[in-house]
Amino acid sequence: MAELKANNRNNTVPLGKEKKPNKVLGFLNSKKVVPYVFVLPFIVSFAVLTLYPTIQAIIMSFQRILPGQIEFIGLQNYQRILNPAFYKALTNSTVYMLLTVLILVTIPIILAILLDSKLVRFKTFFRSALFIPALTSIVVAGVIFRLVSGESEFAVLNQIIGFFGFEPISWQFNAWSGMLLMVFMASWRWMGVNVLYFLAGLQSIPKELYESAEMDGANMFHKFRHVTLPFLKPIIIFVTTISIIGGFRVFEESYVIWEGNSPGNIGLTLVGLLYQQGIQQNDMGFGAAIGVVLLLLIFIVSIIYLLLTGAFKRGDE
Amino acid sequence: MNRKGLSIFSALLLSLVLVLSACSGGGNSSEPATTSDDTKTAGEDIENATELSFWTFAGTHADFYVNAAERWNEQHKDKPIKLKVENYPFDQMHNNLLMALQSGSGAPDLVDIELAKFPNFLKGDIQLEPLNDLIEPELDKFTERINIYQKDGNFYGAPTHLGASVVYYNTEIMDQAGVDIDSIITWDDYVEAGKKVVEATGKPMTTIATNWYGIWPYVAQRGSDFFDENGKITLDSEKNIETLEFINDMVNKHKIAELTPGGNYHTEEFYGAMNQGSQASLVIPMYYMKDFTTYMPDLKGKMQIRPMPKWSDSDYQSVTMGGTGTAVTNQSEHVELAKEFLYFAKLSKEGNIQLWKELGFDPPRWDVWEDPQMREDNVFYQYFHDDIFDILLDIRENIAPIQLNEFTPDILTEIDSNVMHSVLREQNLTPEEALKQSADTVRQKAGE
Repeated sequence: MAELKANNRNNTVPLGKEKKPNKVLGFLNSKKVVPYVFVLPFIVSFAVLTLYPTIQAIIMSFQRILPGQIEFIGLQNYQRILNPAFYKALTNSTVYMLLTVLILVTIPIILAILLDSKLVRFKTFFRSALFIPALTSIVVAGVIFRLVSGESEFAVLNQIIGFFGFEPISWQFNAWSGMLLMVFMASWRWMGVNVLYFLAGLQSIPKELYESAEMDGANMFHKFRHVTLPFLKPIIIFVTTISIIGGFRVFEESYVIWEGNSPGNIGLTLVGLLYQQGIQQNDMGFGAAIGVVLLLLIFIVSIIYLLLTGAFKRGDE
Repeated sequence: MNRKGLSIFSALLLSLVLVLSACSGGGNSSEPATTSDDTKTAGEDIENATELSFWTFAGTHADFYVNAAERWNEQHKDKPIKLKVENYPFDQMHNNLLMALQSGSGAPDLVDIELAKFPNFLKGDIQLEPLNDLIEPELDKFTERINIYQKDGNFYGAPTHLGASVVYYNTEIMDQAGVDIDSIITWDDYVEAGKKVVEATGKPMTTIATNWYGIWPYVAQRGSDFFDENGKITLDSEKNIETLEFINDMVNKHKIAELTPGGNYHTEEFYGAMNQGSQASLVIPMYYMKDFTTYMPDLKGKMQIRPMPKWSDSDYQSVTMGGTGTAVTNQSEHVELAKEFLYFAKLSKEGNIQLWKELGFDPPRWDVWEDPQMREDNVFYQYFHDDIFDILLDIRENIAPIQLNEFTPDILTEIDSNVMHSVLREQNLTPEEALKQSADTVRQKAGE
């Protein structure tokens, strides 16, 4: 520490001698301040784009908001939340979250291992190809998905199942198939991103470990179970956490397929309900209340998950 | 390909996708765009023309207003306007307008607001300008339709059409089944005719939309509605339950009706099927003529328009459905000019005649229905038949109105997402159960 300080002094003093000391720059450049300068852009954007809206949303959730008439109505918005539409949205979002977490964690691990192994050729191509959906506009993707899953017997999906002798299905009108479409679309979209996370994780595993495992007579499965997985654990925790959050926040997948109201609310998600009530039906106070409940829900679920996986513990174990 | 070449290829592919998705970003309706993709301007080259902005969600409407502005500029050399009509996707336009009116800035001078969304804009301190001075002097010339965009005696929207619901019969199929469409007087006749059609052709008599178009016209035609005159929710009234039971019977008991492909009458699936002659008739407002001529060219000369069959307990032969109210916002800097132009374009006699000529809409002013200009040949007469307005004049006294209310959007959402789906498609709720459940949900919100 003392050395550092000495260095610091040595560095700054000659500078000050050459030019006139600029107090502001000197202050900004000091070791205590400079980290804050670097994180400032994030702090500012967080405060303006996240913190302020969050606080505002909490305030709005206690208000009835109409043009020119904003009044506090206490807990009325929260008392109205527990209605059938909310339960439906909660169920849909939860099922969607569980399915996407399951699919978007397990399959990317396998794909990443395949892409990392020596057996697969054209790796760079596959890596890019898997990543492309994440860059595609969700609206464009939605239009294509809607056409593919149309209810006519000539729509692509129905042609495929027709080939195997099944009757055409009204994909966008049944609860199970509606969920299937949403989950499929999300999996298609985020698969490549998660593969990248796991690839990065795989690259950090020392090759010697595999070699010594082989010497001890470990087979493929053993290596995966006792070398790869433990090293991937932090990545798995990270990917699962963002998938939980993303799962509860699902909106676009539903919106682009049904454009608003889905039949029987089969595609209604919590954010969809927020949008429908808050914006489409001009009841922003109620929408804000749904948002606050969603915020708490995501917070609680994520904390429980992180506690269970020991992510808060220091060190490896 | 070697490794390096492959990397370059992949990088190129990635950047291509990036560029493409950036191009498509403008149409991304989940992000509110500040500018519209589709803007049309009239009077651009006129010096010191007053600029007025206009938002709409229908491309055909945009053309209509641009044409109107050009006629205005010819007739009003002293106060020319430069009309900038921006066309946005439906949901996006209404959401942007709500935000603009809520926050007090960014709204256009004039705007088209769809019927089912209109009540959202009549809450709180109303941010639209009353149009009473334009409408009241000629109130007796307007059909009852003018009243749906009013609150507390103030008129806020200029109607686009009457929207009288009728039945479009496909005569090719009806002839094949040996049914004379003029013999269909009551809904019971309609069901009987439907049985013949199904038996002879294997095609359904009609298809029922699983949104509110599948119930509201039938309910209102019986003289019932979702609200009574005091604004109390009557969604689950005896008459409404009976009506939904009748519709359910058409689909699930008599099997003369199917569910509309695509779920409603404005989808590609439905246009395609209807054009191929997949159903014998269609219950929908007059304004749908434009859809026929645009999307269903193969049915030209085959379609006949008739009033709706009657219920035994009501004299109504039609009901006004759908619609768009054009409003002037209080953020306009030229309220008076905007109102004058609105009168010229949509409320005046000439404007109403243009609504028919250009858009095929049944004009909301009934005093133009007999005007000789209305009888001039056009694409709609060629597609259908000559006596379209004679039919309207015949049933003029028997067109049912509808009740709009602050909670109409909630009721329509319930119908779209719960009632029709569970009763007609899933059949897991009876009409009574479904309507009661939805009525209670909205009652809870309304605090009744």
